Amino acid sequence: MIFTMLFKKLETNSLFQQINNIKMNFLELLRQPWPWYISGPLIGLMVPALLLMGNKNFGISSSLRHICAACLPAKIPFFQYNWKREMWNLFFVAGVLMGGFIAATLLANPAAVQVNPKLAEELSRYGISDYHSLVPTEIFNWTNLFTLKGFIIMIGGGFLVGFGTRYAGGCTSGHSIMGLSNLQWSSLVATVCFMAGGFIMANFILPFILNL
Amino acid sequence: MQTAIEKTAIKEMNTDFEVRSLDTICINESTLQHPWWYNFKYMFAGIFFGILLVKAEVISWFRIQEMFRLQSFHMYGVIGSAVVVGAVSIFIIKRFNIKTMYGEVIDLSPKQFNKGQVYGGLLFGFGWALTGACPGPLYALIGSGATVVIVILLSAIAGTWVYGLLREKLPH
Repeated sequence: MIFTMLFKKLETNSLFQQINNIKMNFLELLRQPWPWYISGPLIGLMVPALLLMGNKNFGISSSLRHICAACLPAKIPFFQYNWKREMWNLFFVAGVLMGGFIAATLLANPAAVQVNPKLAEELSRYGISDYHSLVPTEIFNWTNLFTLKGFIIMIGGGFLVGFGTRYAGGCTSGHSIMGLSNLQWSSLVATVCFMAGGFIMANFILPFILNL
Repeated sequence: MQTAIEKTAIKEMNTDFEVRSLDTICINESTLQHPWWYNFKYMFAGIFFGILLVKAEVISWFRIQEMFRLQSFHMYGVIGSAVVVGAVSIFIIKRFNIKTMYGEVIDLSPKQFNKGQVYGGLLFGFGWALTGACPGPLYALIGSGATVVIVILLSAIAGTWVYGLLREKLPH
């Protein structure tokens, strides 16, 4: 069916043009935001991919620990281990960085992020109206680092991410995806706490910080 | 002489194992010795994952805010379907005793419960809602051109370091 249709089209168009059209349409599709039912299962496939590549447990936050162990172990027992054995993890996060670059250049979506109108209404009260970046540029910029609001959100938030993930023994990838996939109770506890912390911050504390 | 070297090697490996098992990272280690460039395959996996993170918009601060305000299903759909696929994959690996591409047995270590998962989990949750990013997205955001996120990543590394420093004094 598809083949006959293609064949008929090929008769009218030149082959080169046809292939080019298909390529353009596909690229156009890739440039759109990917729906959850495509991206979610693909993220899930990272779990078996890393296991099959070399018995590695999917997890990102460990890389922060390896960086500490490599750069500034300072005789702290927690950083006394052979981080070179965990080199794979650093290669993995370097790849994530490159992937971010590829997605933002070759597969960039020119349209603004579509958000729930309720969120847009709330954020407009804090002066956030630029949706052309993945992060609100009104908050996340270099000059804002030296304001109280920017300092709390970027420096404070980053510190909590690093401290909290290591204290909890994993992050969204290590606990919520890898741990839950392996049906671990402790990962469920951790995931529930991630969500609880996020709910409290986003709904009750962040509004005050954004008003600063 | 040979055995003495082997013994120290094993001893060293065991203490290493102990330190790492405390917070259950990377316990199952390959006994195979590969040249360092074998690690490039993990880089390609990372590239794929980085593209996914950006295109699924899960690294977007706006999506995270929607999630924590229950204004969108997107994030729940992504994480939920990822867990289902991951769980089915692990089930298949266990059920058919599938080996790694080098023929090693895949063994998954259990994650022991400790109070850190509650306290640390809540603290990470605060950080997640503030920055709109967990560690993976931090790397992807820097790659996508949000250069100021480098500062957030450095702060996260500092947070991990301070945790290592205070570890003995914190309730676990």
